Amino acid sequence: MVVGKYKTQLFDKNINDYLPSSPGIGMHVLIRDPENNVILSKTYQAEGRFTFTSHSPGEHTICLYSNTTKWFMGGKLRVHLDIQVGEHANDYEQIKSKDKLSELQLRVRQLLDQVQQITKEQNYQRFREMRFRDTSESTNRRVFYWALAQLAILAVTGFWQMRHLKSFFEAKKLV
Amino acid sequence: MMHLHLSWTLLVYLVIFSSRDSSCFASEFTFELPDNEKQCFYEVREKDEECLLEYQVVSGGKYDVDIQVRDPGNRVIHQDTKKQYDTFTWKTSASGAFTFCFSNEFSSFSHKVIFFGISCGDDPMLGGEDDDRPGAMTQMEANTLAIFESLKAVISYQTHFRLNEFTGRRVANGLHNRVLWWSVGEIIVLLSVGVGQVLLVRSFFSDRKNVGSSGPGGKVRIGV
Repeated sequence: MVVGKYKTQLFDKNINDYLPSSPGIGMHVLIRDPENNVILSKTYQAEGRFTFTSHSPGEHTICLYSNTTKWFMGGKLRVHLDIQVGEHANDYEQIKSKDKLSELQLRVRQLLDQVQQITKEQNYQRFREMRFRDTSESTNRRVFYWALAQLAILAVTGFWQMRHLKSFFEAKKLV
Repeated sequence: MMHLHLSWTLLVYLVIFSSRDSSCFASEFTFELPDNEKQCFYEVREKDEECLLEYQVVSGGKYDVDIQVRDPGNRVIHQDTKKQYDTFTWKTSASGAFTFCFSNEFSSFSHKVIFFGISCGDDPMLGGEDDDRPGAMTQMEANTLAIFESLKAVISYQTHFRLNEFTGRRVANGLHNRVLWWSVGEIIVLLSVGVGQVLLVRSFFSDRKNVGSSGPGGKVRIGV
């Protein structure tokens, strides 16, 4: 699960600094999964929070568009972006006080989280290798069949050309 | 892997946490840099922090990018051109917003996907203030710390492996598609040239009825 939080601040030329909050500015969030399908498309206010859960492994695309027309006066917008992925957002101080762990237990918990992350990544790589192998084999097949097809087309075309021209010249009584 | 596309002139302040702790900070970011553009990211850090910046171009063109790092006083503390992968460590001399600018202005048609990661501060010292046993660690604690460091290295290797796999996969997919389009295109060209040649030769002999006879002074050209 991925949680994204953003906060926008508009630059105010009068005070030459960024306003603490910029009402009226909306940000449109568009999230695509690895197959380029849109899994989230929503407009939030100047400060917003969006979450999504990835159902397939791969590169997800997160796009933020501002939908305000105040842009065109040549302004600047400061965007604070905070994206937390899965269990990376572990706050160990909080876990320690909530579960009342000793330092060693906390360290072991941290090691467990690390190992889990490594395992997840390795599973992902195994999936990737399988897809890569499929793609490479498909490319190999395409090149092979293309070579055969090219030979066939060349042979057929040459043969047809000669036959057609021969009959044409015979009809014209040149041969 | 997160992939963010920025539009207009947004100043993106990174508060991307991969570990939530006040004493250490780490964030990774993968973004797309269009051709002929420069994009900057900002991070607010305190003074006297050891920071490490790492970046890699994973897709696009000749896999190179220019980088410039500026401190809060807008002085350039690091600058490099056309690197595919590099790391840079520095100690923050002032607190404020540091600027990391990636530039693709030298390339006119290849947009690039760039991964970069910033990590500052030391690892969280678990326990901290309420540790009533200062001094040497027990054997167990030392071992777990060693395991922690090793696993950190493993995760770092995995990140690089994932980036390299992404690069390779992009190239393989591009090749896959290009083979298809090339085959289709060449079939069309072959057939049209083959038929066109015959039609052209026929047209040499069809327009003038007397070219067919080989009279004196007449020049007959057969074939191409």
